[in-house]
Amino acid sequence: MQIYLPIADLPVNIFLVLAMGLAVGFISGMFGIGGGFLMTPLLIFIGISPAVAVASVASHIAASSCSGAISYWRKNTIDLSLALMLLAGGFLGTAVGVWLFTLLRALNQLDLAIGLSYVVLLTVVGGLMIWESVRVIVRERQGRPVVLRRGGSHTWLHGLPLKMRFKRSKIYVSAIPIWLIGFVIGFIGAVMGIGGGFILVPMLIYFLRVPSATVIGTSMALTLITMAAATLMHSITNHLVDAVLALILMVGGVIGAQFGARAGQSMRGERLRLSLGILVFAVGLRFAYELMVQPDDLFSIRGTGGGG
Amino acid sequence: MVTYRHMLALAAVHAAVLAGLIAGMVPANAERIIASISRHRVQVTSSFTGTQIVLFGSIERDPAPAPQRSNYDIVVTVSGPRQTIVTRRKGRVVGIWANVDSRTFVNVPTYLSVLTNRPVNSIANAETTRRLQVGLENIVLPQQIGPDIADVVRDDPFRKNFVRLQVDHKLYSEETNGVTFITPTLFRADIALPALAPFGNYDVEVKLFSDGNMITRMTSAFELVKFGFEQYVADAARNHGALYGLTTVLMALGTGWFASVVFRRD
Repeated sequence: MQIYLPIADLPVNIFLVLAMGLAVGFISGMFGIGGGFLMTPLLIFIGISPAVAVASVASHIAASSCSGAISYWRKNTIDLSLALMLLAGGFLGTAVGVWLFTLLRALNQLDLAIGLSYVVLLTVVGGLMIWESVRVIVRERQGRPVVLRRGGSHTWLHGLPLKMRFKRSKIYVSAIPIWLIGFVIGFIGAVMGIGGGFILVPMLIYFLRVPSATVIGTSMALTLITMAAATLMHSITNHLVDAVLALILMVGGVIGAQFGARAGQSMRGERLRLSLGILVFAVGLRFAYELMVQPDDLFSIRGTGGGG
Repeated sequence: MVTYRHMLALAAVHAAVLAGLIAGMVPANAERIIASISRHRVQVTSSFTGTQIVLFGSIERDPAPAPQRSNYDIVVTVSGPRQTIVTRRKGRVVGIWANVDSRTFVNVPTYLSVLTNRPVNSIANAETTRRLQVGLENIVLPQQIGPDIADVVRDDPFRKNFVRLQVDHKLYSEETNGVTFITPTLFRADIALPALAPFGNYDVEVKLFSDGNMITRMTSAFELVKFGFEQYVADAARNHGALYGLTTVLMALGTGWFASVVFRRD
């Protein structure tokens, strides 16, 4: 059944979009991520303009992270003060990201910049995840004890000033790395159209030593706020959010996320991280392939109106 | 010095010349086209996958002084709303493919359909078809070149590829059998509007040729409009951005909340 998307100015098959929402929702529920890094390229692939895709995916991620955030809120595993501190850096990062986005668009290099940042970010993060989880799995096979979180160990990050105590996460760290992480997440969110959960979670664990009890809930709360803000911002400035597209994605996404979460619970942590790492790495390679191989068509056209 | 009498004489000469011109023009303009399109307002709903509108036309001849021509050719040109479109070319830069060059086509039709009863180059000679902009190859597509706006040579790679991509998207087309003569003076043309056809006003121009010359032309128009819910959503997004964004955010929160209630496990 075809349905007309009013802002994307395009008829699409409603079941195809619903299936995409379900599939990405399943993956996002399984790994506790937003799934923007999968959804945005998929939408571009079916012919929706990158600008509309980035803007509409923001509201889809808001919906799926809202559903997640509510269940983590019930379990009392959201560190709200940590989320708010991250948000402070996030707003600055978003502003710089939007500025760069506009600049690259004017220079005709937006596609290249998006492609390159997907390649670099996804292959590096995916590669690190694979390496980390393979190491854990191999050690377990050898019967050696695995120390994931070296409690009480100090790095140079703990020597920085402006220290703050976060009671719920039971950490005592400087505000500077928190702002920096927030800045990075806000920046890539604006440029690449992703929520950034799959990068935020490892960063919180490795740099700030946030315990696994609060890390996903806090990440979801942050994603909810930034993506809701991004939806509002895109609606006001560029009028690029397609509410019809967003609604179909949301419905598919939240249903898929529930089944994904159940599937994820039956899998062991390292294996879950390994599969996510492989997925992230594969998407990165896909983008690299696109940049390296001569495209079928050297020419492309796009209206300057932005929407179509 | 010009006197009153001189002016009178001048006026008489002008009148004579004018009368002569009109007399001379009448045989050339003896034919008229009368055409009508099936719909002047095409409404698009959520299930729009393209549609077709039909143009019927008749060639009317003045009975007395008209030369008895019969080998008529019809060219129907339909052009959609205009937009500025950027065409980019990729090239290899240090091993990766990136946009290296671009051209801006200023205010060009987003939709263009040329319907004829036989190939354009057999209707009139190259000079005439170029002057009258008959056929995709001859329609002026102005480009921004530095501070100037001009059309370029026909085999310019940017122009050629721009037209090719528009044809691939079914937005530009040239049908050499798009016009059918039902009788020697009665014709019909089918105008195909693809799913991607943009909204707005479409101009229809019908040109009548005979023996390689244009005899007359007429214009008409139709409008492609979004209808119902789609139009409402598009209007809201454009005119009430903040409210629209807020509604979308609330919709997202509502969907998320609903899912967490429905699927609650604890």
